[in-house]
Amino acid sequence: MNVSLRRTPAPDRLDATFMALADPTRRAILARLARGEASVSELAEPFAMSQPAISKHLKVLERAGLVSRGRAAQRRPRRLEARPLAEANEWLERYRRIWEGNFQRLDALLAEMKAMDPHRTRPAR
Amino acid sequence: MSQPRTLQVSTPNDLEIVIVREFDAPRHLVFEALRTPELIRQWLLGPPGWTMPVCEFPQLAGQPYRYVWRNQQGTEMGMGGTVLEMVPPERIVTTERFDDAWYPGEAVDTMELVERGGQTTLTITVRYESKEARDVALRSGMETGMAAGYDRLDQLLIQMAAGKP
Repeated sequence: MNVSLRRTPAPDRLDATFMALADPTRRAILARLARGEASVSELAEPFAMSQPAISKHLKVLERAGLVSRGRAAQRRPRRLEARPLAEANEWLERYRRIWEGNFQRLDALLAEMKAMDPHRTRPAR
Repeated sequence: MSQPRTLQVSTPNDLEIVIVREFDAPRHLVFEALRTPELIRQWLLGPPGWTMPVCEFPQLAGQPYRYVWRNQQGTEMGMGGTVLEMVPPERIVTTERFDDAWYPGEAVDTMELVERGGQTTLTITVRYESKEARDVALRSGMETGMAAGYDRLDQLLIQMAAGKP
């Protein structure tokens, strides 16, 4: 029942983006970084997690290009990189438009069917 | 951007992806549009430029169905499965497997129709065999992954916009 975009080449980075986004902790980290850059210890604070565990998540996010490191030597603050998210969103938007396209065609078809429906009855109240 | 009707996509649990859409037509007509091959191929087409040269859909449970799409370059994409339940005019359940498997095993698609005052709500639930299979779908950045991620990503982008004017 699903029409996929499977034949459209998906860049590796897009896969990495979706994989990175598939985890709730990583999404929470991104949401935090959306408010401004933060160090690893600052990022670890709201989570019941060790800094190494947070660092692991950050590594996944960095590999996906979603997070980068600042230069400030000691703190090395992480910051959000908006572009991969925008690219991923473009794909999602495209997916949504495809389903919307399908359903709008279905709307038009149903309007025709309704006009020709022999069992046209008012819904019972 | 104005959408005539909203399309809702969600991931209610580890295994499922749910798509909900309302139609301005009574349920028996929506049901026919979902199960009649000549009607299915008029709307279930995907991206612009794709057609559906093969559309076989049985009217009884226990029988196979088959869809093949083709684009202008001649690229084909096929999928099919078995109709598990056919309950007019409210419910169709099928298995789903793509020719080029991109997630392990089969998924089960459940289409349910509820009519209220001449309006029909269609709920499509895609259920994967395992969380792993669904996550592969998510990771692959494909259709379902994109759908599932959409709401979350949207939230994130809203937050980003708020945080970085």
